[in-house]
Amino acid sequence: MTIRHHLDDATLMAYAAGTLPEAFNLAVASHVSLCDECRAAVASCDAVGGVLMDTVEVSDLADESLAHTMARLDLPEAQTPPRRVMKKGTLPGPLQDYVGGDLESIKWRPIGMGVKQAILTTSSEAVARLLYIPAGIAMPDHSHGGNELTLVLQGAFFDEDDRFARGDIEVADGSVTHTPIADIGDDCICLAVTDAPLEFKKLLPRIVQRFVGI
Amino acid sequence: MQKSSKEIDPFRDVSRILDMNASTHTLQSLPRPATLTDGGPCALWGGKMSGFGKLSVEQKSQNSDWIAEMLRVRDQKDRKAFAALFTHFAPRIKGFLIKSGADAAMAEECAQDVMTTLWHKSEQFDPTRASVATWIFTIARNRRIDMLRRQRRPEPEELTWGPEPEPDQADTIALMQETEQLKAAMIALPDAQRELIEKAYFGDLSQAEIAKITGLPLGTIKSRIRLALDRLRHAMN
Repeated sequence: MTIRHHLDDATLMAYAAGTLPEAFNLAVASHVSLCDECRAAVASCDAVGGVLMDTVEVSDLADESLAHTMARLDLPEAQTPPRRVMKKGTLPGPLQDYVGGDLESIKWRPIGMGVKQAILTTSSEAVARLLYIPAGIAMPDHSHGGNELTLVLQGAFFDEDDRFARGDIEVADGSVTHTPIADIGDDCICLAVTDAPLEFKKLLPRIVQRFVGI
Repeated sequence: MQKSSKEIDPFRDVSRILDMNASTHTLQSLPRPATLTDGGPCALWGGKMSGFGKLSVEQKSQNSDWIAEMLRVRDQKDRKAFAALFTHFAPRIKGFLIKSGADAAMAEECAQDVMTTLWHKSEQFDPTRASVATWIFTIARNRRIDMLRRQRRPEPEELTWGPEPEPDQADTIALMQETEQLKAAMIALPDAQRELIEKAYFGDLSQAEIAKITGLPLGTIKSRIRLALDRLRHAMN
């Protein structure tokens, strides 16, 4: 799989710093599961964090801290989730955790024109939704008050002249108005995360928006 | 929007000047960064040194990678090595968390938790992919998200599959050297820029503000990690 559209540096750094909303973390972790280039970029941003930690102004611990911690080492651990290994399926592992399985476990809700969505449960600062767009169908024109990441999981979509296929991620900010169109080859499934509601340019989608919660 | 690969990428550019003579040194005789801050670019900015630029003479001269101690914890559950790691890193974890907005009591508790996690998860430490400081940073970051934000942090799938390939000592040394180069380069950054990066990691910058950070010397360390990942993929297939 050749990935042509990667994460931007600011998002990679914010992910490493741990300052992104949960929905964005989910999109980054899902893309990184498919993209070694961005995996290496995240690891290098982690290294910056390591240097900061190693050179930060120290704050002395209480006298008994070491003894207290040493005494804890033999206690059975609360729980260690097993180290995550690659999961088989269309959805990357982090998404499978949120969906509770692969594609067949997604609880789709139709939102018109054959388009379906499933909103995933994350913290309220941002929204993560899976979108199902039938081949050849366009999403309504929309722009964003904030940032949006769109990760393709199946099929492909065109946005202007760019084609985004499985593993590709589109990074858009509030200045972008776009009309993603699913490629005719296959129905397109993607993960879209936004930190502000989408703003549709036409009235009808705006009315629909109030009912379906896009 | 998506940047094309032809655009100038500040994250990868500065690093080229850091491409020093790698992989000719042994574990015992690693070069320390030749110069740190004296008369460097900071002088141009005329600013005071920020917290993380201050390295004592003692720190400059000691072998500061802590890999030997970490491997003794991982492979032999060595408590003496753990105590040495604790003495060095716990005050740094606490300092980092206080800078990130935790109060002293929470930072203390969290530092102990992080060191306990280091003990229990030591088998996950891989010196070809992260330095000890980097690995501890990631544990502390995740713990901070748990405590301050009460959220889980989705993690990517791991690449490891079945029995781990034998770690390559040359890879370990190369990553260690590049981490040292990164450290020297970060210390040599102008104060204003270094403070921006600190703020990004302490959670004081928005994503749009982070996008304005330039000149981070990540190129060589990123290539190094990429190489380690490629080898891992190769071992899996």
